[in-house]
Amino acid sequence: MVVVGWVVAYSYIQPLANWLTYGLFGLAQGSHLGESIAFFLYDVPKILLLLSGMIFLISILRTFFSPERTRKMLGGKRQGVGNVLAAGLGIVTPFCSCSAVPLFIGFVESGIPLGVTFSFLIAAPTINEVAVVMLFGLFGWKVAGLYVVTGLIIAILAGMLIGKLHLEKNVEDFVWQIQSSGGGVVEHLTWSDRLTRAWQSVREIVGKVWLYVIVGIAVGAAIHGYVPESALVGIMGKQAWWSVPAAVLLGVPLYSNAAGVIPVVSALMEKGASLGTVLAFMMSVVGLSLPEMIILRRVLKPKLLGIFIAILAVAFILTGYLFNIIL
Amino acid sequence: MLNIKILGGGCANCKRLEQITRKVTEDNQIEAEFDHVTDYAEIMKFGVMSTPALVVDGKVLCSGRIPTEAEITGWLKAA
Repeated sequence: MVVVGWVVAYSYIQPLANWLTYGLFGLAQGSHLGESIAFFLYDVPKILLLLSGMIFLISILRTFFSPERTRKMLGGKRQGVGNVLAAGLGIVTPFCSCSAVPLFIGFVESGIPLGVTFSFLIAAPTINEVAVVMLFGLFGWKVAGLYVVTGLIIAILAGMLIGKLHLEKNVEDFVWQIQSSGGGVVEHLTWSDRLTRAWQSVREIVGKVWLYVIVGIAVGAAIHGYVPESALVGIMGKQAWWSVPAAVLLGVPLYSNAAGVIPVVSALMEKGASLGTVLAFMMSVVGLSLPEMIILRRVLKPKLLGIFIAILAVAFILTGYLFNIIL
Repeated sequence: MLNIKILGGGCANCKRLEQITRKVTEDNQIEAEFDHVTDYAEIMKFGVMSTPALVVDGKVLCSGRIPTEAEITGWLKAA
């Protein structure tokens, strides 16, 4: 029932948006205002429907995982294999950045190598469901896929590098003294529990981001209708070498606003910004967040925190250049 | 009297969990004392890796999510 309703609603958005704009409002096709309004009326319901539907599915998948289970799966894994597994599990394990500290302590204290722990801590926030679904909705599956694969590779390699640097001394000392009981809660969920939880998390996540989505799409729509084609080639195109580091820098203070930023960025790309620059910017918005760094400072000494930030910043910048060169 | 602990670093979710739990105790006239544990060394003693977590009389009932009022009511009545 719900699925059929969803599919029907989804397939009627485009004709409905066009009819409203050009029929009901009587705006001329090709006019600045008409283009902007049609774009807005099409993208808002499309993205909100996509977000609700996909987050529901992802949340069902996530009820099969928990940090405790992930820790068990990572236990006893060597560097390398451990990093790959940790990055993968980072995508599917439910994670909120306010839990970064207990999770870090729980992993390290149970003997999971520092580098493997970092692979998880990089993948979990960077490859985040809202960002990936919005990239899919506004850029298509290729860009979304590219984002996920690059994010995974960065998480794996950065974790391996941190492991090789032997920075255990730069974890705050109290972390090594903690003795946890190891228990936690083991839950036995029925399918109805899983569906209820998934629905709860759809309401929570969409409830948190819908306003940003609408504002972001409104700004994107204005750019779409009013900014001339290729206006941005000079400043955000491939030739502007400084645009990639600038994009990474600019992304840091825009943390956790992927929902509002992605529609704007998608409109910028249409006007000449290059994909590498856009990807570097997206990763920086999602992966390098100021509040998370402040939270992590409680368990990492300044040197390790600095190395962590530097590795990520360099990795995002290289990603930007790489895609600007090969695409 | 029940001893209820809310474990979590003090983010929005922990505060909501405490609010809901307090409401449940008031609505059902359950006598309880509340502790909000923010110290990570303390939190780790319960083996909890995702916050917020709800602990009643030393037993971890849930972690990493905000349970519904009905769930909490059930737990507190059973405790």
